[in-house]
Amino acid sequence: MNIFDSLISGISLGSIYAIIALGYTMVYGIAKMLNFAHGDVIMVGAYICFYTFTGGLMSFLPAVPPYAAILIAVVVCTLLGMLIERLAYKPLRTAPSLAVLITAIGVSYFLQNAALLLWTSNPKVFPSFFNFGGNTNIELGGLRISYVTIVTIIVSAVIMVALTLFTSYSKTGKAMRACSEDKGAAQLMGINVNTTISITFAIGSGLAAIAGVLLCSAYPTLVPTTGSMPGIKAFTAAVFGGIGSIPGAMLGGLLLGVIEIFSKAYISTQLSDAIVFAVLIVVLLVKPTGLLGKPIREKV
Amino acid sequence: MSETPILECRRLGIDFGGLTAVDEFDLTVGRREIAGLIGPNGAGKTTVFNLLTKVYKPTRGTIMLDGVDTHGMTTVQVNRAGIARTFQNIRLFNNLTVEDNVKLGQHNHINYGLWSGLFRLPSYWREEKAAHERALDLLSIFDMQDMADAKAGSLPYGAQRRLEIVRALATEPKILLLDEPAAGMNPSETAELMENIRKIRDTFSIAVLLIEHDMKLVMGICENITVVNFGKIIAKGTAEQIQNDPVVIEAYLGKKEA
Amino acid sequence: MKLLTNKTTRSNTITYAVVVISFVLLQLWSGAGMSSSLKGMLVPICAYVVMALSLNLTVGVLGELSLGHAGFMSVGAFTGTTAAMALAQSIPSDGLRLAIAMVVGALFAAIAGFLIGIPVLRLRGDYLAIVTLAFGEIIKSIFTNLYVGFDGGLRVSLLSNQTGIADNDLIIRGPMGIGGITKISTFVAGFVLIMLTLIVIFNLVNSRSGRAIMALRDNRIAAESVGIPVTKYKMMAFVISAALAGAAGTLFGLNYSTVVANKFDFNTSILILVFVVLGGQGRMLGSIIAAAALTILPEVLREFADYRMLVYAIVLILVMIFTNNPTIKGFFTRLFSKKQEGGANQ
Repeated sequence: MNIFDSLISGISLGSIYAIIALGYTMVYGIAKMLNFAHGDVIMVGAYICFYTFTGGLMSFLPAVPPYAAILIAVVVCTLLGMLIERLAYKPLRTAPSLAVLITAIGVSYFLQNAALLLWTSNPKVFPSFFNFGGNTNIELGGLRISYVTIVTIIVSAVIMVALTLFTSYSKTGKAMRACSEDKGAAQLMGINVNTTISITFAIGSGLAAIAGVLLCSAYPTLVPTTGSMPGIKAFTAAVFGGIGSIPGAMLGGLLLGVIEIFSKAYISTQLSDAIVFAVLIVVLLVKPTGLLGKPIREKV
Repeated sequence: MSETPILECRRLGIDFGGLTAVDEFDLTVGRREIAGLIGPNGAGKTTVFNLLTKVYKPTRGTIMLDGVDTHGMTTVQVNRAGIARTFQNIRLFNNLTVEDNVKLGQHNHINYGLWSGLFRLPSYWREEKAAHERALDLLSIFDMQDMADAKAGSLPYGAQRRLEIVRALATEPKILLLDEPAAGMNPSETAELMENIRKIRDTFSIAVLLIEHDMKLVMGICENITVVNFGKIIAKGTAEQIQNDPVVIEAYLGKKEA
Repeated sequence: MKLLTNKTTRSNTITYAVVVISFVLLQLWSGAGMSSSLKGMLVPICAYVVMALSLNLTVGVLGELSLGHAGFMSVGAFTGTTAAMALAQSIPSDGLRLAIAMVVGALFAAIAGFLIGIPVLRLRGDYLAIVTLAFGEIIKSIFTNLYVGFDGGLRVSLLSNQTGIADNDLIIRGPMGIGGITKISTFVAGFVLIMLTLIVIFNLVNSRSGRAIMALRDNRIAAESVGIPVTKYKMMAFVISAALAGAAGTLFGLNYSTVVANKFDFNTSILILVFVVLGGQGRMLGSIIAAAALTILPEVLREFADYRMLVYAIVLILVMIFTNNPTIKGFFTRLFSKKQEGGANQ
């Protein structure tokens, strides 16, 4: 692999981390909680897409074309995200953050084990959606790049631009930023905080489904724990960029992906995870609130 | 030869970003003096306390504590050097008992280490017993011995304020900074507090610098008063001088309409 | 003496008593018809109890969230087990060798805790938590790629076996971990370790240093204002917590014939955190009961076979909601206590 190949696959992996990290960071910004179940929503999204495409989700359902399968996965995950928020997190809005964290871990266990029961631990080979004319790769100026990589990078770029525009200009987006700044004040301004939090979970979970499809297209083995490690890494990426910050999540995700691929290619495959986490630690030491996080002054 | 003052600030100032919160702040507090720091809300009074205790690092100026420059010291070092304080928004160790709060004030005067504590060596028993007696002694200033086993967070508001003073005293300071000690107290409690502040000064022979909005208390016990507004000193003097100073009246009540 | 009659001392005595009585009962039962699967769980239960207690020192007493506690268990398991295997010839007594191994495990975990604490304790809140997570993963990666052998002296290499010792004769064999361990951990040793852990934690909490640690938890700024150095006491709590976890790791490691690094991953750290939170932060008896009950629970739920982990997850969520939702909590409070205590704050 030459340096350019590494860079491309780093950006591709990083784009997936970035999409997942967006879900973490938006939820953290608004609900001030670490939604540990987010990684497992990715896995659910991938399974839904897999089964609607191959037609095995429910016996009476027909197999559908790839893009319909992806759409269904997004819709299901969006609803799932809202349902999780409503049932598990909303009753704990005023509870200590550790209690919410443990609940999120409970939800994560629940999703993994429900997936284990429904879909067993046998690995599924995720279909390759992104081939054109029978080819999965394209030759570009002597470089072989897979369509998955190209699609991943384009899709994540579109998501990032759309999300930035959404949070900056739309009414709901502004409400989200207001809630993350100060829930009480937002409520006094007539913003429905509960609805806004619910929408945040919906968006984050919808994005998780897309991330799940992209992840499994690039790394086609699908098991009930598929979402865990990418989830942890994307969470790390969100912290890396400054948790609560949307551009931070994007930057953190991309950098984490690139660092991971480069350390695999040039330092050591076995130690790549250790290197990724070591970089995170160094960054937090230099900048304790992440790359783009705002420092907080404590009022005395 | 005059005694060195216990506290002497020269041209103290701090900027937050572009905003100058405190500037050109000069203050001298003599030994066993009770001094007052007053001013409208947001004038920078608490910021001065935060500078004196190094919660914020001063941008400019010097602070001399008993003749020693506190430049470069941390909050912890400043406390060991002799400044103790209370907080405007009460900061107790809420989940610990009243007695433990006072013992934490004594922290640097209890002489046994980790290992004596873990293995309960004789020094542990000796020092803990002494600390216990000392804590009850200090609590008795405010008649709070009976509350020793209560959780600090469960005390009524006034008692929490008094406990903060006791905890600060337990550090054996040379000067005690009180940030709105009478806030939330009724007139009779305030009168009692005034007596107690005098008593503390006399018993421990330390200086007291206090921020307070209750003018009866300030005018009643402060020997010297400094008035700040917008981060700068606008007047200094005795209670009588301050009360009649047109600049001070303007700062509090606004300019008189012609 | 008044020091001996207060509420804390009474609750500590109850905790000691519960542990001693449970030990005696279980010991009697294990001699009279306890199932072998339950017998096999006695030592792991002790190890998890010590893990929960030590994490409670960080989470409940110091008030900082750690998501990498299994990393210290891992350090203790690997170093302690290595020590026990290297000393197999020179110290024939199993009990003594186990004790020395635990000291070694605790010492190395304490060193790891100190090194990790230097950067970690400068951070606050969620950032601190994520860095402990990162260290847990780093420790796992290192032990997965570590090769250690003993031929009179210790030979160590990373990534591949360059120790000059044949793969089969190594003690730590990279991803395959440690194999061929002589099981020397016993329930009695586990009980002794729990008691020692309790003594350390209770004596610490009731001493000058422990008070300082709790003061940092309750109000860092106030603690500094009365002259308590933050880093020193945070570090003290963190290192003691790591050392105890290291000893538990050694106990755990020497209870199996093999030890692999993947056993001590993020999920294990979370599992221990769940014990602490369910048992109540700062409540040692709670940690003991939660750790023991939740270690046995999957075994008890065996009837549900495939559904047991699902049930476990649901139990976890429901317990958190029932113990933390203000409406539900208020309902139970009204139900169980007629008289409301006055002056409650925050």
